[in-house]
Amino acid sequence: MDLFLQQLVNGLSLGGIYALIALGYTMIYGIIELINFAHGDVYTLGTFFSLAILTLLGVTGVVTGPLLIVVVVVTMLGAMILCGLTGVVIERLAYRRLRNAPRLAPLITAIGMSFILENVMQYWRGPSPIPFPQVIPNPDVHLGAVTIATKQILVVVLAVALMIVLRAFVYRTKLGKAMRATAQDRDAAQLMGIDINTTIALTFLIGSALAGAAGFVSGVYYGSTWFFNGFGAGLKAFTAAVLGGIGNLTGAMLGGFLIGLIEAMTTQLISDQWSNVVVFSVLVLVLIFRPSGLLGESLPAKV
Amino acid sequence: MGRLQPYALFAAAIVLPLVFSNGGFVNFLADAGAFVLLALGLNVVVGFAGLLDLGYAAFFAIGSYTFAMLASPQFGIHIPFWVMLFVASGVAAVFGILLGAPTLRLRGDYLAIVTLGFGEIVPQTFLNLSQWTGGPNGIGSLDQPAIFNFRFGFQALPYYYLILGLIAVAVLAASNLRASRLGRAWMAIREDELAAAHAGINTTTTKLAAFAIGASFSGLAGCAYASKLQLVSPDQFGFNVSVAVLSMLVLGGMGNIPGVIVGSLVISSLDRFILPQLTNFMHGFGISIDLTNSRFLIYGVILVLTMLFRPEGLIPSRQRKAELRAGPDVLPAEQTLYTEAAP
Amino acid sequence: MALLQLESVSLHFGGLVAVDKLDFSVEAGSIVTMIGPNGAGKSTVFNLITGIYAPSGGRITFDGRTISGLKTSTIAAGGISRTFQNIRLFAFMSALDNVMTGEHARMRANVLDSLLHTPAQRAEERRVRERAFELLRFVKLDHVGENYARNLAYGMQRRLEIARALAAEPKLLLLDEPAAGMNANEKGELIDLIRRIRDLGVTIFLIEHDMRLVKQISERITVLDHGEKIAEGLPDAVCADPKVIEAYLGAPA
Repeated sequence: MDLFLQQLVNGLSLGGIYALIALGYTMIYGIIELINFAHGDVYTLGTFFSLAILTLLGVTGVVTGPLLIVVVVVTMLGAMILCGLTGVVIERLAYRRLRNAPRLAPLITAIGMSFILENVMQYWRGPSPIPFPQVIPNPDVHLGAVTIATKQILVVVLAVALMIVLRAFVYRTKLGKAMRATAQDRDAAQLMGIDINTTIALTFLIGSALAGAAGFVSGVYYGSTWFFNGFGAGLKAFTAAVLGGIGNLTGAMLGGFLIGLIEAMTTQLISDQWSNVVVFSVLVLVLIFRPSGLLGESLPAKV
Repeated sequence: MGRLQPYALFAAAIVLPLVFSNGGFVNFLADAGAFVLLALGLNVVVGFAGLLDLGYAAFFAIGSYTFAMLASPQFGIHIPFWVMLFVASGVAAVFGILLGAPTLRLRGDYLAIVTLGFGEIVPQTFLNLSQWTGGPNGIGSLDQPAIFNFRFGFQALPYYYLILGLIAVAVLAASNLRASRLGRAWMAIREDELAAAHAGINTTTTKLAAFAIGASFSGLAGCAYASKLQLVSPDQFGFNVSVAVLSMLVLGGMGNIPGVIVGSLVISSLDRFILPQLTNFMHGFGISIDLTNSRFLIYGVILVLTMLFRPEGLIPSRQRKAELRAGPDVLPAEQTLYTEAAP
Repeated sequence: MALLQLESVSLHFGGLVAVDKLDFSVEAGSIVTMIGPNGAGKSTVFNLITGIYAPSGGRITFDGRTISGLKTSTIAAGGISRTFQNIRLFAFMSALDNVMTGEHARMRANVLDSLLHTPAQRAEERRVRERAFELLRFVKLDHVGENYARNLAYGMQRRLEIARALAAEPKLLLLDEPAAGMNANEKGELIDLIRRIRDLGVTIFLIEHDMRLVKQISERITVLDHGEKIAEGLPDAVCADPKVIEAYLGAPA
């Protein structure tokens, strides 16, 4: 039982990262029905940007005191802004032209984009894993037999906080309403005077910024990063988005945490090597048996 | 393609390594040939039937490992090479059906992701089941083909002719299929799956046939390539390989056999000739950048630029060009989450 | 016995009742039309017949066998063909290829035959091509056989869809608003075409809105409103039926 609870904690923090990435996937898919293959790599870029900012700030280890808050905020915001801009640029360069093309075209382009990003990062910091500063003091919290690292709490708190902010934005602001309208019916939204290009760019901005936040958090959590991280993490986050119901924000969150749990449990019960296989099997099973995911609605075909 | 052109080109291909008999070049030709075979196989799935398979390397892995396990010291089984061609392509075809089956009701992009997932699961599984597959080290000392008393040995030339022969078979098979009842059924499903069903086309068996036949080509390639390389290991079958083969199709012209062959040769040449030459060229200008490590970056750029500016590829089929340039509201079938809602 | 029989067929989408206990039959050799205001469920009935939806209740039989719950391709191969309200041709295949594809269910070539191009397969291909040409001639499209379907004029596309449907040698042909978007001339030709199809022995079941055309061609009319049959019978009687008038125009104030 204790083992279970421990893995629950581990899974939730893993899941927090996946949830943040999954939110971006689900938002972008919701608005232009594109699986943004490059999204996982934007997440890795977030870690890389964070690393660069920390280096600029001269942070190589733990930061204490009020300075810690400044460092965390500056780095995370910096990563989010840079990633957000990256997302906007990618959309503008690679996807916008193909908005009306057969859907395979932007998907192939997205794959190409992903490859480009991965290789740029490989050039930037080399092919081997790179250490990431610890940044936050990380005392363990003990609840009975379960050990919770502070950074695990950070991940979950941050993920939930960002999601609350996101929901507020999407459901309470005019821009958010424009996003929802465009996602439901692009032509009608356009006829209502909504600027589609801006709305879509905004979606990419926010989605990619969230991935950037995930990147920062991941750097702190794992203590290292690698140019090829985004591929596996991206697939798992996409699985999370599908599991929760693609297009559904709460679903992405829920899916993220579930996938984190599944990965933690598999690593514990079977082995770390099989966790990828299990997660991808989840993807396959969900798409076969309940493609609308947990929180999505079943859409019957209209002929 | 004129009627005589294919034969002329084939004759040229036969003569080529005799004229340019540099060992390294012939070796390159043989390897490139194996990838032509793979590209032709993926072309059946993606180009003919319109099923975007992002995990095609999985079938290459299955074909190669089948060969490695049944024609090597690994289990002491030594099925003759020429029989293995049938066995490996058969096993690959069966897995084509198994891995294709879950994707049948899925729409294009979801289908792609599921195949991608399988593309990850299969090599990972081969890696994990190390008692049978040799784990990360793989299986070596694979059997070599022999014709009567001639054993293939370690020269590339006989492998080249073997692969050329397999390519000829594949090209014949693919063009026959395209101009047939099955080929039309594939095209119909690609255009409008619902209308195809109403024309009496069993979309399930038709799609599975595409997966099976496409996979069987990689079974052939697996035998030839593995026995030439004398080694099978999991890292030969990663996502990079799937994307490389896909790039060959995208660049060359999906659905068009000559285009696919050209695309494949261009991408193979990229690695072997173009990038090293470009690197030297850059060095000549004092720019010391090593482009030979950037092959995946180049693939990515090729994919993006091709889809943006010439989506029909270098040598397109007339049909594909029209499809991809047509713009919105032409392909009606992709409106909804599912393809057929029938039970 | 009727060729097509719907017995108490219903279709529910969650809480929404699209078709409500519909009893309906079509006699072999007849031309029957279904009319009704928009959203009445007419195309849904077609979708039920061709297997896009399985009924939530009731049963559909065709030629003595139950077809409700079968796959679309099985039903199509069994002798029911249809056209669609929004034309669903294979846009980037030639007109001839479209019709040849329609013959799919009547062909015998299997994967091996297709792979090897056996003499029997080649002979069959020639026959199929010949027949496709005949069908194009039948709908007066033989001069555009090589054009991509999407490049054809609208009226020609409608005729092509009919030719493709006929390629399967159906016993029953479902036409979903075949006259939509046609001018008077084209409608006249359509009436002629439908009669010629019936002369071939094909039973025809139409959905249409153009009442003049409907009256000219139908032997019997069924009226659907909100998923229910509200009237049925000979054209003149149905058109005078107050319930039908109310369904279209609303109740008198």
